[in-house]
Amino acid sequence: MSDHDHDHLGHHHHHDHDHSELSETELRVRALESILTEKGYVDPASLDLLIDLYEKKIGPRNGIRVVAKAWSDPAYRERLMTNATAAIAELDYSGRQGEHMVVVENTPEQHNMVVCTLCSCYPHPVLGLPPVWYKSAPYRSRAVSDPRGVLRDFGVTLPDTTKIRVWDSTAEIRYLVLPMRPEGTEGWSAEQLAELVTRDSMIGTGLPKQPGEIA
Amino acid sequence: MDGAHDMGGAKGFGPVVPEPNEPVFHGDWERRAFALTVTMARPGGWNIDMSRFARENRPPEDYLSKSYFQIWLAGLETLMVERGLVTREEIEAGKVLSPPKPGVKPIAPNEVTPAIRRGGPTEREAKAPAMFAVGDTVRMRDIHPVTHTRLPQYVRGHLGTIELNHGCHVFPDTNSLGKGEDPQWLYTVRFDGPELWGKGTDPTLSVSVDAWESYLERET
Repeated sequence: MSDHDHDHLGHHHHHDHDHSELSETELRVRALESILTEKGYVDPASLDLLIDLYEKKIGPRNGIRVVAKAWSDPAYRERLMTNATAAIAELDYSGRQGEHMVVVENTPEQHNMVVCTLCSCYPHPVLGLPPVWYKSAPYRSRAVSDPRGVLRDFGVTLPDTTKIRVWDSTAEIRYLVLPMRPEGTEGWSAEQLAELVTRDSMIGTGLPKQPGEIA
Repeated sequence: MDGAHDMGGAKGFGPVVPEPNEPVFHGDWERRAFALTVTMARPGGWNIDMSRFARENRPPEDYLSKSYFQIWLAGLETLMVERGLVTREEIEAGKVLSPPKPGVKPIAPNEVTPAIRRGGPTEREAKAPAMFAVGDTVRMRDIHPVTHTRLPQYVRGHLGTIELNHGCHVFPDTNSLGKGEDPQWLYTVRFDGPELWGKGTDPTLSVSVDAWESYLERET
């Protein structure tokens, strides 16, 4: 158990909390699960399966495959930009929190960034569950008013002339950023290109790795 | 509701601090709280909009002092107590004190993967033509519902441009209250940075929200 369990939504620090508070939440969840199991509302085996899905099958590696395929297959890229939900389903990714997908493309002129200011909406089938920072008050408050400042927090600086386009996911449409394919990757296979794609580059808070950054 | 969850443009929260090599869950209780919340929705009989409202409908100091999954846990408790599935006393005592609500059927293990892969599409058949076309200028209504809404405060009253039409979707403001899906046309509305944040704002910035038709009025 790490000391991150109680990074409060309103704070950005990872506090060390006294263990009585920590164990209070742990005990509460444990007791709740046993109540719901005893009442016959949940099957613990279903909980295990769901957790396993989200820890092992549903994650950013799925989105990485989508981006790498779009970079290496122009016809797929075209389908992805016109009907993202169907194109993503071609790779067998679909469902909860990705029912209605839109892919937004970064270009030299425009950089896209995705946020959910009201909660934590995020395209699960392609990116998994959102990281803590995505759900945190600093990101949710500043992504829409100071995205360049947010990018600086991630160590990213874009030219002053690049337009910044922020997508606030206030409905059930889920957005995936298609980052720009790095230069110097001509002739690379989808598998090689996948090495360059990062989770943050698909949210718009990062850029893909450059060819020189991977071994 | 104009609650602490509606964070767009708020000041003072400090920098974004990414955690290197972050795990999917921080500790086992987060795994269980997440899974309980997801698997209780169907047997419990609530929808995603009711869940969101149960999480955000709390005093700002409570919302801001809880971690993300603590808010989920609190929301789950509220939804279950409201429907008579468990009592507050049972939650506080940590043990069963009353008989189960009859007719509640758990999600079986073989239903988990199909349910996640299916998800909950919100698009519905259109009953009337769309009022707005891509390129139209619209003004966001300045409304302040005390119940659930997905119209963030920072865009209310501001002028934007319709950029995408996503078809008709379930309307959260009514669905969260159990008053029906009332599907409405859903649009992506784009705003220039200075329109939202005033003179001196980075002119390269634009921001969009996804907005149901009743959030919009025509600007002539």
